[in-house]
Amino acid sequence: MSEKVKLLMGNEAVGQGLIEAGCQIAAAYPGTPSTEILQTVIDSRDRAIEPLHVEWSINEKIAFEVALAGSYSGKRSVAVMKQVGLNVAADPFMRTAYIGVKGGMLTIVADDPGPHSSQNEQDTRLFCLQGRVPVIDPASPAEAKVLIPAAFELSEKYELNIVLRPTTRICHSRQNVTLGEPLKLGRSADFQRDPTRWAATPAFLPALHRKLNANLEKIAQEPDWQPRLTPSDNSQPRTALVASGIVFSNLVDLLDELGLTGKIDLYQVLMPYPLNPSFSETLKRDYDRVLVLEETYPVIELQLAHPGAVGKQTGHVPREGELLPDILHQVLADFLNLDQPVALPDERRGQRPSLCPGCPHRAAFYSIKKCFPQGIFPSDIGCYTLGMNLGAVNTVHCMGACISQGAGFYQAYAQDGDFPTVVVTIGDSTFFHAGIPALVNAVVQQARIIVVILDNATTAMTGGQPVPHMGIAAGGKPTKSIAIEQLVKASGVEFLETCDPYDNEQFEKLLQQADDYIRSPEGGVAVLISRHGCIMDPSVRKSQEATLIQINDKCIGCRKCTNAFECPALIFDEQNKVALIDQDRCIGCGTCIPVCPVDAIIKEKNG
Amino acid sequence: MKQQIIVSGIGGQGVLFLTRVIAQVAVNRGIPVLTSETHGMAQRGGTVLSTIKIGNFASPLIRAGQADIGLLLWDANLPVHKGLLKENGKLFISAEQTGEGERIDAAGIARLIGNPVLSNLVLLGFAVKRQALFCTSEECEKAIRQLAPQKFVEQNLEAFKQGLNG
Repeated sequence: MSEKVKLLMGNEAVGQGLIEAGCQIAAAYPGTPSTEILQTVIDSRDRAIEPLHVEWSINEKIAFEVALAGSYSGKRSVAVMKQVGLNVAADPFMRTAYIGVKGGMLTIVADDPGPHSSQNEQDTRLFCLQGRVPVIDPASPAEAKVLIPAAFELSEKYELNIVLRPTTRICHSRQNVTLGEPLKLGRSADFQRDPTRWAATPAFLPALHRKLNANLEKIAQEPDWQPRLTPSDNSQPRTALVASGIVFSNLVDLLDELGLTGKIDLYQVLMPYPLNPSFSETLKRDYDRVLVLEETYPVIELQLAHPGAVGKQTGHVPREGELLPDILHQVLADFLNLDQPVALPDERRGQRPSLCPGCPHRAAFYSIKKCFPQGIFPSDIGCYTLGMNLGAVNTVHCMGACISQGAGFYQAYAQDGDFPTVVVTIGDSTFFHAGIPALVNAVVQQARIIVVILDNATTAMTGGQPVPHMGIAAGGKPTKSIAIEQLVKASGVEFLETCDPYDNEQFEKLLQQADDYIRSPEGGVAVLISRHGCIMDPSVRKSQEATLIQINDKCIGCRKCTNAFECPALIFDEQNKVALIDQDRCIGCGTCIPVCPVDAIIKEKNG
Repeated sequence: MKQQIIVSGIGGQGVLFLTRVIAQVAVNRGIPVLTSETHGMAQRGGTVLSTIKIGNFASPLIRAGQADIGLLLWDANLPVHKGLLKENGKLFISAEQTGEGERIDAAGIARLIGNPVLSNLVLLGFAVKRQALFCTSEECEKAIRQLAPQKFVEQNLEAFKQGLNG
């Protein structure tokens, strides 16, 4: 057994691949399923032979631009994000296709077919087709790692940004992965000024666009990136399967289990865009029937334009969701006239996710809903989306949208006369990411809304990345801290309060004052910072009082605590019709105590 | 040798750690392994599923009716994930109540050791003792030593041993 073979998650494999390829500038904003890529670069930065700047940027656009200038300086760089992060970075991303790069630059965009933890299942490969950016679709963690140095070389050969697109099932898979020695490239920052390129005005763009198109034609023919054929014994003549990414791997296992390995020509498409026109010609010449299998949009299928191709466009393959092995089985059985697999039982969902026991967001949401039962509650992207379980989240859209949506709700109602109390909830990391321009806009447009900034001092959903107001950068490096209060005040907000939501009486009092303020003649945006550390942070747990919480015999079984407060540590005993505390899960915070209408939830101090 | 294993539970129960221990044994033995895990939103207390495929496979995902072994840390997940098991697949379940599959009150045992989350390793020991998994108890102990945080190694091994005796 080689010591260099490790059990690595796909994201860890990609992170190690970046270090080994001599990447020197790495920037990302966290987002499932991409987060562990940059985290691995941070945790393993000692492996890098040359200087390596790693940063959790404020958002994906900024991460992209930081990496871009790193590349302009001749160094290898990477920007990492999830698929919807690319929407945020779209502006610099699209122009980079024309302008190009210098040192190798990769944009790693993790897609989330399903979706598992995203607001949509958009396909970055289609985004790349629109943006004219080459995109690589790895089929396993080990393959993703192997392709990274090759992708950097391709990027440097054509001076173009290259996208690597793993999907959730690659990112969050583990596999035996071989570690290698990091490269020493010996590059010094050397930005070659060329305004006709780096500052290209419209006059220069047609030529740059022409050059891009010419390069894409050449890239499509690069020998190392051609579709890979696993030939067959021709028992299915003039028939082929074409797949990419994890779907290819699912297909390989399925063919094996059905005894069809080597019985039908099978192509793996490594680079779905740009697709080599001669591949399309080969398919048209050699095959009458082609099944195209890919996640999530028909990117290969669209480019093939094969008269005998079936896939998502033709309705033979589901157009949404993952192509899980069971679905693939049905599709393949249809295509090859095999026996259909036994119908699957209706999918059962199991336990829904909920905020952790002791989560300060729960206490905040409960108070918000209690104070404004008729309120409108725009919220945002993060753990606190789960506030919908408490009825305190009415909309969730995209990073930072809640403040502008809140302002929009106000404008729509106010022009009819009275307006409901709009309480916006936004996490601290999301506030920095995209909330600040929205807050300035809401103030300037004189929206009368309450903005509750749920400050738990971390980026909780993705596992606790640092936030700008904590004075800590990637890897624990001390840095300047940017206080939320100062930003809020500088945005022109005149009502600003801070409160720990565990103190429900004070929190509710401040919510009422905020409501009075927004309805007063001089009123505008009111901001309440709900401040309590994330309960997943062990130091937060250690620093707060833990008491034994119990439910006494006064419980009348009204279910208010289990329904309206929805803490996983509160369970309902259906036999005895009373609420119970699951002591394995209860952290003893006592935030549920005020919820009980008959004071049956009690605490006993146990030090 | 090929084996397909599912690990089912809810976020926070240590499904990921249990998955890693089993996969690490394969890596230590030099055989191919692929796992798939649940991260992100669902991890917040919701139903989570890991799949582990030992041997020559390309994909980490398991089709319905293909898993050899199911390790369930949350017995309410049984109707959700049972369909992944082969007809003769073996089920090991952490539960207080009696019912389908081989059961052990892993959470109760773990609570006595001082940490209910260690029910994951109690259940692993329980399954290893019944020679259901491809791995031996020595191999599991080695993997636990490699993966557990230093100060919890002994407590982790204790949970595993209690499972072996369970």
